[in-house]
Amino acid sequence: MAQMKFMCDAERCIDCNGCVTACKNANDVEWGIQRRRVVTLDDGEPSEVSISVACMHCDDAPCMAVCPTDCFYKTEDGIVLHDKDLCIGCGYCLYACPFGAPQFPKQNAFGERGKMDKCTFCAGGPADSKEEEYEKYGANRIAEGKLPLCAEMCSTKALLAGDAQTVADIFRQRVVQRGHPDGAWSGNPQAAADNLAYDATRQG
Amino acid sequence: MYVSNAWPGFWRAALLALALLVGLGGAPTVLAQADPDREAATAVGGVSPDTWRQVRSGETGPNFRDSRAESTYNLVNASGETWRQLRNRWVSPFGLIAIGGMIVVIAVFYVIVGRKDLSGPRTGRKLLRWPLLVRSIHWTVATLFIVLALTGLNLLYGKFVFRPLFGDAVWGAMISASKVSHNYLGPLFGILLIVLLARVLKHNWPKKHDLEWFKQGGGLVGKGHPDAGFANGGEKLWFWLLATVGIVVVVSGFVLDFPNYGQGRDTMQWANIIHAVGALGLTAVALGHIYIGTIGSEGSLEGMTTGYVDETWAKDHHNLWYEEVKDQAVSEQQISAGRPPPDDSEEAATRS
Repeated sequence: MAQMKFMCDAERCIDCNGCVTACKNANDVEWGIQRRRVVTLDDGEPSEVSISVACMHCDDAPCMAVCPTDCFYKTEDGIVLHDKDLCIGCGYCLYACPFGAPQFPKQNAFGERGKMDKCTFCAGGPADSKEEEYEKYGANRIAEGKLPLCAEMCSTKALLAGDAQTVADIFRQRVVQRGHPDGAWSGNPQAAADNLAYDATRQG
Repeated sequence: MYVSNAWPGFWRAALLALALLVGLGGAPTVLAQADPDREAATAVGGVSPDTWRQVRSGETGPNFRDSRAESTYNLVNASGETWRQLRNRWVSPFGLIAIGGMIVVIAVFYVIVGRKDLSGPRTGRKLLRWPLLVRSIHWTVATLFIVLALTGLNLLYGKFVFRPLFGDAVWGAMISASKVSHNYLGPLFGILLIVLLARVLKHNWPKKHDLEWFKQGGGLVGKGHPDAGFANGGEKLWFWLLATVGIVVVVSGFVLDFPNYGQGRDTMQWANIIHAVGALGLTAVALGHIYIGTIGSEGSLEGMTTGYVDETWAKDHHNLWYEEVKDQAVSEQQISAGRPPPDDSEEAATRS
């Protein structure tokens, strides 16, 4: 079975926010909620770098581990989804998530947050009808054999979505092509020493 | 004049053409010298380790941008994993051990030692211990405490028991009701707890004889009854636990319950851990308080239900207080006749 993953190639991300817009459009997300965000580090400095972030559909998802209602589940494709009928809006998933993916439509007194919303990898969620599914979770492009719209629309192909193996192969090829000593954009001497740019496609 | 004027113009045009030619010819040469691979390798500076340290710290730097409206979240929520591990690996199992252990200890104690009976027969004469107002607040706070403890335990452990037991429909309604009642009754409990603490504070100032009381284990084991005033050492300990840990639980609960004030994710992580540890600890100790107040010792519960205690009970458990108020004892007939004792006031009951 596939293991669906997102991967953002920060050297290609130009901070255009196309993914954010595509996501909002594809999923008809509630006002005030933005399932995907673009983060820019060192904005305006020579080292400026941007990355698009949403739910990363973790293998060992912290949100699943801490949810008091146990409303999260993993699909066969490794996509982390949640049941809004079970969600009580306690906010624990937000405390635990490394990427700030879970969001709540409200932030009111007595912990009234409404139902949590997050990226579904365009895979919808549990519902009785297609209409209800779209209303609650947005598009189910996976069911139609399509990948998430954010990655499909990315103009520089910085944002990749798909089976982890395929995404990794594409990224590895790019790293080899760039000859970047540290593989991507970490500036980490250890990564350079580990020679992540090792050309796996080269024989022998 | 025409010719002489035209010549400089011609030369200018010629020079311009030459410059253009050189420029056009030269540019491709310059471009061809650039190495696309080399350029790709050096074009992006790469974020420095300092930037990553900044990201991990949880604080966003001055040049951090996030496209999400009003977001103060950093790229990576580094403390999230710490919170998860603390909650799931430490608070959860040890809370269960504390509460389960307390139940076992109490059960074993009850089976082996049993109820603490009165040392002699009841005299039938009663002393006012808890006036109506204190009793009302006590039982309201007690009811709220039990509701909050049960709903809180459900939020922490319910999913392991009730979801597989009842299925999603019942579980969904159950956990939703737990969260709503916990969040709305919590503040009410907090306010009433403070009122109750303020009301009984005067009985709970530590005295020298309390130390002796603890040395003798409160007289719970064996025959002896160490000295005690209106409140004995154990009651004072429970009071001060509620006045410290209880207030901490209330305050951290407020932090969690009112996200509308915009406190950050990291603040709520810590508030949650503090709230859970304090509340689980208090729940465990409360079991002891409930035991002693009900089946654990004869004649205690009626003090908090009817307001009156028997002289024998007062002599046994609060000898110093008894000495002070023994002349105010009233008969059961007087109480049931609705006739208040000589001075049925707070001061009379609790003079100390």
